[in-house]
Amino acid sequence: MTQAATSSHDSSGHDHPPFLAHHYETPKQQFDAGKLGMWIFLVTEVLFFGGLFCAYAVYRATHPEVFIYAHQFLDKNLGALNTVVLLASSLSIAWAVRCAQLDQQRALVACLAITLALAAVFLGVKYVEYKQKWEHGLLWAGRYQAAESAETANHAAPEAHHAGNPESAPRDVGIFFSVYFTMTGLHGIHVVAGMGVIAWVLVLAVKGRFSSQYYNPVDYTALYWHLVDMIWIYLFPLLYLIH
Amino acid sequence: MNEPPAQHEMNSSPSDDHGLVSHVVPAIVLVAVFAALIVLTGITLAATWVDLGPWNLVVAMAIATVKAALVALYFMHLRYDHPFHGLLFVAALVFLALFLVPTLQDTVDTEPAIQQFREATSPGLPKTSP
Repeated sequence: MTQAATSSHDSSGHDHPPFLAHHYETPKQQFDAGKLGMWIFLVTEVLFFGGLFCAYAVYRATHPEVFIYAHQFLDKNLGALNTVVLLASSLSIAWAVRCAQLDQQRALVACLAITLALAAVFLGVKYVEYKQKWEHGLLWAGRYQAAESAETANHAAPEAHHAGNPESAPRDVGIFFSVYFTMTGLHGIHVVAGMGVIAWVLVLAVKGRFSSQYYNPVDYTALYWHLVDMIWIYLFPLLYLIH
Repeated sequence: MNEPPAQHEMNSSPSDDHGLVSHVVPAIVLVAVFAALIVLTGITLAATWVDLGPWNLVVAMAIATVKAALVALYFMHLRYDHPFHGLLFVAALVFLALFLVPTLQDTVDTEPAIQQFREATSPGLPKTSP
């Protein structure tokens, strides 16, 4: 898109700015078309994750004891920390859009850099969590080999004591971890993809490509990032806070 | 590449010249929404300390939905945006419900029969539902 926009800039198009692709009449039309496309993409994302939420709901309906037992292996504090990190990144990218709209170039670069850093923190925390699970054999069904009970594994959560002793562990606990790894894994892939796009937008922002006349990639990237945040808003209570 | 002839001959309304920015979310609104999201996260955590039986899940999902709505309305600009974008998003949620509700209804309807069959065919197995 950027290349097309650049090549359409020649001597005959003096009121056709470099960022405007030749098949659009106005920047507004280009912006609205891209935005509509982005929203349709987000709709497909909702339904994409919907399949996993459906799997979660069916397994939780048929194996409630597995979910109540297994969620205690998750570290609530790390989950809550990541929730705050992701919410903060949503704020910073919403602020980036605001900066672009107001032609605040430096603040735009700063907001995008902060968003990228927070996304990296999120993945870092996620890495720590996955590593703990891996070391304790808390893996998906088929590879699940918990060496210890929920209580001893998760000393970080003192309220995790109503589970009973290890002998009372229900069967098929691996189901929970299959759901956990699939949902958080797909979400994590979306975070990685988002980081790639944000880095690209950051480079363009550093080059000064954006203004109140043209900030389409900033706006679309922000929409995507907010959806990733929104999905985590549901994943956190569904996986970490089962009662 | 085919260049369209002289763009200025196109009939553009004066509003087009004002560019893309139709609404800038005030800084105070962004900060307030973020603060509300953090407070609601705290409430979600606190709610797990209270035993509400099946209502714990309902409360958690209700709070999550309020948070998602705040993100959609303010961070994603839906409150100020063209209503069609909001309609698209709501349509996604309608189809999601269409996916989830009948599937869960079927699960609830058939699970007892599956359990009966399971217990009848392998008596040694522990029950999977409390």
